Amino acid sequence: MKYLDEYRDAETVRHLSEAIASAVTQPWVLMEVCGGQTHAIVRYGLDSLLPPELTIIHGPGCPVCVTPTPIIDKAIALARRPEIILCSFGDMLRVPGTQGDLFLAKSEGGDVRSVYSPMDALALAKESPDREVVFFAVGFETTAPANAMAVYQAKAQGIANFSILCSHVLVPPAIEALMTSPGNTVQAFLAAGHVCAVMGCDEYQPIAAKYRVPIVVTGFEPVDILQGILLCVRQLEEERFEVENQYSRSVRDQGNEAAQNLIQQVFQVIPREWRGLGEIPASGLGLAPEFAAFDAEKKFEFDKPTSEDDERCLSGLVLQGRLQPDKCPHFGKDCTPENPLGATMVSNEGACAAYYRYRTRSLS
Amino acid sequence: MTVPSDPPLPNSKKTVQLGHGSGGILMHRLLEQLILPALDNEALRQGHDSAVLKLPGEPNARLAFTTDSYVVKPRFFPGGDIGTLAVNGTVNDLAMAGARPLWLSAGLILEEGLPMDELERVLASVKKAAAAAGVDVVTGDTKVVDRGHGDGLYINTSGIGIIEYDLAISPQSIQPGDVILLSGDIGSHGICILAEREKLDFETTIKSDTAALHRSVLAMIEAGLPLHCLRDLTRGGLASALKELTLASKLSAEIRECDIPVELQVKGACELLGLDPLYVANEGRMIVILPKDAVKPALEILSKFPDTAHSRAIGAIGAGNSGQVALKSTLGTLRVVEMLPGEQLPRIC
Repeated sequence: MKYLDEYRDAETVRHLSEAIASAVTQPWVLMEVCGGQTHAIVRYGLDSLLPPELTIIHGPGCPVCVTPTPIIDKAIALARRPEIILCSFGDMLRVPGTQGDLFLAKSEGGDVRSVYSPMDALALAKESPDREVVFFAVGFETTAPANAMAVYQAKAQGIANFSILCSHVLVPPAIEALMTSPGNTVQAFLAAGHVCAVMGCDEYQPIAAKYRVPIVVTGFEPVDILQGILLCVRQLEEERFEVENQYSRSVRDQGNEAAQNLIQQVFQVIPREWRGLGEIPASGLGLAPEFAAFDAEKKFEFDKPTSEDDERCLSGLVLQGRLQPDKCPHFGKDCTPENPLGATMVSNEGACAAYYRYRTRSLS
Repeated sequence: MTVPSDPPLPNSKKTVQLGHGSGGILMHRLLEQLILPALDNEALRQGHDSAVLKLPGEPNARLAFTTDSYVVKPRFFPGGDIGTLAVNGTVNDLAMAGARPLWLSAGLILEEGLPMDELERVLASVKKAAAAAGVDVVTGDTKVVDRGHGDGLYINTSGIGIIEYDLAISPQSIQPGDVILLSGDIGSHGICILAEREKLDFETTIKSDTAALHRSVLAMIEAGLPLHCLRDLTRGGLASALKELTLASKLSAEIRECDIPVELQVKGACELLGLDPLYVANEGRMIVILPKDAVKPALEILSKFPDTAHSRAIGAIGAGNSGQVALKSTLGTLRVVEMLPGEQLPRIC
């Protein structure tokens, strides 16, 4: 496939893996922020192509994984109401809330629909004037523009039976939270290419300088990821702490300004609770006051959240890169993709699910 | 068959969910924990695509008997329709037991309000597919359900075939060192249906791969090839089929990504949607497991039939009782291939 096969080329991968091995002179710890990168690393076994000095730990960049339980419970509560059609991206459907998941709500009669775009949910609202359509708007900066567009259009077209249950999160505050957390071991980051395609690279400059940490904006294919790792290693070895852009075929320094304008218009920055990490200040997006009519949390009443996450779940440690998924005592035992204790075992991009799916048993 | 890690169905799954019909772990749990214990008998325990049955008083005559229900949405799609699937799917289940398909039944569940011309079209497809496969629909049943209770049209077909050769084609016959052949590219049916059903905003010319495979199978058997096991790839795709076979045979398998053909458009659609073609449904593809020295003649025979013309060896069966399926990636790295819990979920971004 054009634009894709060249980034999966075995020969290029081999050269990069050799280049990384010869650049490394001492142990380093790198974190890939994005769940899409986690998935690619585990799926392609890229970590097995790295020298033993390098440790790759998996970050909190899976939107499904960090969506907190009370929001999942709200989505389930909405799905159970007969007047509501709850629309969601597919991989949110199996995330466990306090009692069951959206699949269960669906099997019990809830009208839950898996959509590919928030605009599909908006179209559904237009077609179903006698129902309320709620879109479960989760994700990082990557999905924010499309979600903002759906709300913007709903307002412009006067589609009053549309709203979003919003749980948007932002990458830079999460990186800062990791860097300032006690016991942090991360020395360099692969930043998420798609997030930066929207937001650009500039907002990472102060973080790289302040924490003396290389940040390399990286794509999602094997060649991208290994190039990103090579750039990180070179910086670390040369004691440089800069923002570099490996993914320049998609990412401009200033990002996509039209998308940013739309985000700024529709959303405002708010503190956000991250599953496994707790509340991080200024780390999320909520609807701006002039779009409050499209905020499902304001539009509908909810019971108070009843209980906490399954206390056995150690996904908080996994999301901070402090526990390798397959070292968790529950991994593959009482926690599996069909009976997950926490969201990292659910999503395609969750580190636990990726380990379970691609390396349940060690391969020789 | 045993599925890895085996907790009971949790309380939260006291209702049937869509995932229970997906061909993944949830479906196998439902079979093992509820359906098989309830209906237990020797033929059912074979766990094969068809039950292989001996006729009373005729120890040398063996029949294959199978059934399948078709609930596909949309009913019409590029490359076929629900009627085509209802014939080919059941013919294939018989073929996977090495049987010569003879007779089918057709049970129609019609929803009040279904346009009569749609029913006519589907029946014409059933007739055409049956004629092409050389089988007769010899019995049937029709029921009509209230509007809103049947999604238009469901079809159940059962099939009977005769086993004319003395081969034990089953997962238990698989041996370490056997070679795995795949009869063509994977994923076309699933992506074709998804693109039609979800009205995805990209244009494709992908057609369903629906096809009856029995002639290729019978040709291999008639040539005296010692087939060990056959499995058609349906829900759950190549990955789930292989995993079922390694678990049932208590062996392992290693396949090579570079040898598994995926059509360019299917690959592209999977990339966009975050799906893995290994788990996407097929309706006209099978894997053939046989000893190494039978590979060449088998591929020669398969190449003569249009629907299996692009067959190739994709890997081999290994020793050890791990039930593990490993995939050697195009980069030379290894990863395991697991069964999915339920349906494959498109990812967020």
